[in-house]
Amino acid sequence: MSKVYIYKGFERFWHWTQASLIMFLAVTGFEVHGSYSIFGFEKATEYHRIASWMLIGLLIFAIFWHLTTGEWRQYIPTTKQLKDQIKFYISGIFKGEHHPTQKTELSKLNPLQRLVYLGFKIVLIPLTTTSGILYMLYKTIDQNNLIVIEDYPLSGIAFWHSMGAILLMIFLVVHVYMTTTGKTPTSNINAMITGYEELEEEEHKIENENIQNHETK
Amino acid sequence: MLKNLSIVVFVVILALVFVNVMHQEDNYNLKLEELKHKYALRAVPSVDHSKLSALQKEFKTPQEVTETCLSCHTETHKEVMASSHWNWERASYVEGRGISSAGKKNVMNNFCLGTNSNQQSCAKCHIGYGMSSSHFDFNNARNVDCMVCHDNSEEYLKGASMAGYPDRTVNLENVAQSVGSPQKSNCGSCHSFGGGGNNVKHGDLEVALNSCSREVDVHMGANGMNMECVACHTAENHQILGKLYSVSTDNTNRATCEQCHTSTPHLSEVINRHGSKVSCQACHIPQYAKVNSTKMSWKWSDAGKLKDGKPYEEEDSLGNHDYMSIKGSFVWKRNVKPDYIWFNGTADQYLLGDTIKSIPVKMNTLNGSYHDRHSKIIPVKIHAGDQIYDKVYHRLVQPKLYGAAQGDSAYWQDFNWDKAVAAGMKESGLKYSGQYDFIETVMYWPVNHMVSPKEQAVSCAECHTRENGRLANLTGFYLPGRDRNVVQDNVGIWAFFLTLAAVLGHALLRVFVLIRKNKYEKQIISYLEDKPTE
Repeated sequence: MSKVYIYKGFERFWHWTQASLIMFLAVTGFEVHGSYSIFGFEKATEYHRIASWMLIGLLIFAIFWHLTTGEWRQYIPTTKQLKDQIKFYISGIFKGEHHPTQKTELSKLNPLQRLVYLGFKIVLIPLTTTSGILYMLYKTIDQNNLIVIEDYPLSGIAFWHSMGAILLMIFLVVHVYMTTTGKTPTSNINAMITGYEELEEEEHKIENENIQNHETK
Repeated sequence: MLKNLSIVVFVVILALVFVNVMHQEDNYNLKLEELKHKYALRAVPSVDHSKLSALQKEFKTPQEVTETCLSCHTETHKEVMASSHWNWERASYVEGRGISSAGKKNVMNNFCLGTNSNQQSCAKCHIGYGMSSSHFDFNNARNVDCMVCHDNSEEYLKGASMAGYPDRTVNLENVAQSVGSPQKSNCGSCHSFGGGGNNVKHGDLEVALNSCSREVDVHMGANGMNMECVACHTAENHQILGKLYSVSTDNTNRATCEQCHTSTPHLSEVINRHGSKVSCQACHIPQYAKVNSTKMSWKWSDAGKLKDGKPYEEEDSLGNHDYMSIKGSFVWKRNVKPDYIWFNGTADQYLLGDTIKSIPVKMNTLNGSYHDRHSKIIPVKIHAGDQIYDKVYHRLVQPKLYGAAQGDSAYWQDFNWDKAVAAGMKESGLKYSGQYDFIETVMYWPVNHMVSPKEQAVSCAECHTRENGRLANLTGFYLPGRDRNVVQDNVGIWAFFLTLAAVLGHALLRVFVLIRKNKYEKQIISYLEDKPTE
């Protein structure tokens, strides 16, 4: 067991800002959608717009950070031990088994996380932001000037934007719950707050070796 | 240390952003202030007509006044005689008709129906003298009525059923000496009283506007900008800007809000962008007929009931006639929320002689749809009713309503539809089969006046709402906040709550396993603890 500095300062800032922005966007967005009334439609759209520009700004920084630090490699998908990971969440976790994969500074994500987060980054976020930007720019310029965006129906844009929002909400529920499956229910969240996490390097190594030995036998 | 400092900086920035976002006070709208300044300055007339020697005489006829006007304004009659105020018609291209002349001469409506055979009475609102029949000479400049528009003494008054001549009480000398730029009361003397009474037709133009508050009309309000009609309806060479689609057809020469306010009057870009599909009026005229009631329905089929052989009238609780033997039954309303339709600036009217195509008969058709780039949502007053038509020729008919005395077949004297229609159609030069009935009609009146102060403008949520919004009847396009993909919504809600349930189930199972394990471990521990004492 050793305390490892696993989440860097920017990473934590990015994670929590993005989380709060997405939740705020959800609250205001579903109000614009007509699901309920909290701020009133006018304020809701105004806040939604402001928050969306903040999120877009944050995403640009995050993309830059991922590219320059090479952290994007964390999300290269793998099928290795993917089944084990799924099996762990379905049954192993109840039997008190350990995580089948090892968390290290160089490989923070288990194969399931890699796959889900990659989908989040290259499908869910682009889908929601692109449709959101199209929604925002819809009918930008009136008939007296050039019309940039006119001929696609708003219902289509709204459909994909709502789709993104719904999937994000489902992601949020599962993601928040999954944070409780660490060593203790709060160890993962603590790590994302402080940056440090106690990783069971030794035990895992031994265990992994045992498995490998067992397999070779 | 550095970490704490950066946190403090971050929190401060966040607080500043938050304060700015929440800040409610409006920014200063320079565009609006400049307009207010521009229209606060009133031009001083360069001529005082009371000092002109040519006008220091007694006028025996109104034509003499016109001749005197023309002795200085030598060519002005040409401008006036080229206007629709004089000609009662205007040629334009109409989709489906070609070049078509439309105006009070041949357009029908569902109020007093039409002018043909009733000119003696209707000409009260013609800018001329002596239009008593369809044989009026439109080329005689002596008959141009300058005073009805230019009298600034508020003394001038056209006589009832006098073919456009002034009332006998009018002192023509006084009026001639006090002419000037038209005031609200000049325009209002006709435009407020269309349909035979104050605010009957328009709903947004009535006598109360002559001296109203800003709440009634932000432009004309006496405690506001106190603007005259001609401030917006400018009249270069007597060609008055603006027209109404009860008699007009094409999208030219319109008086628009944008001509002063531009197409980007708001500080909010989102609201400006609404202007590509939503007219200014749609939000800024939340209701019309704010002071006096306006007629919403007129049923001619109820006309003709007599008490002791004599016509009578009944009034509603607000003192408006809701029944008149000569006209039928009416419904009046005050503080009316407008209806909303798509409109691209072109229209068509039901012209005398047209065949009926649909029921209710559309007295005027305002063209437009969501998919038309030039269409915007506008507020309208919809006036419904029924009126007389020819069952055989399947077209609306023009009855003779006004008559000086009983026996000349006018309905308002004799109460005999057969005779009235026969006389009216003969005068109009059209056949009448002799068989009549009543048919439902509907007429659209764009609402353009009674603009409210901005604080009272229609709020976003009045349209962007799931149920009973102002635009509930305008369908076929996606309106955020009102429309949604119901299937997607339902699937989404199910998926979300099923996920939540699955996660909770998983958590419960873990807790259950944990409790069992703890119990088991505790038992072992107590067993070990107990052991030495054994």
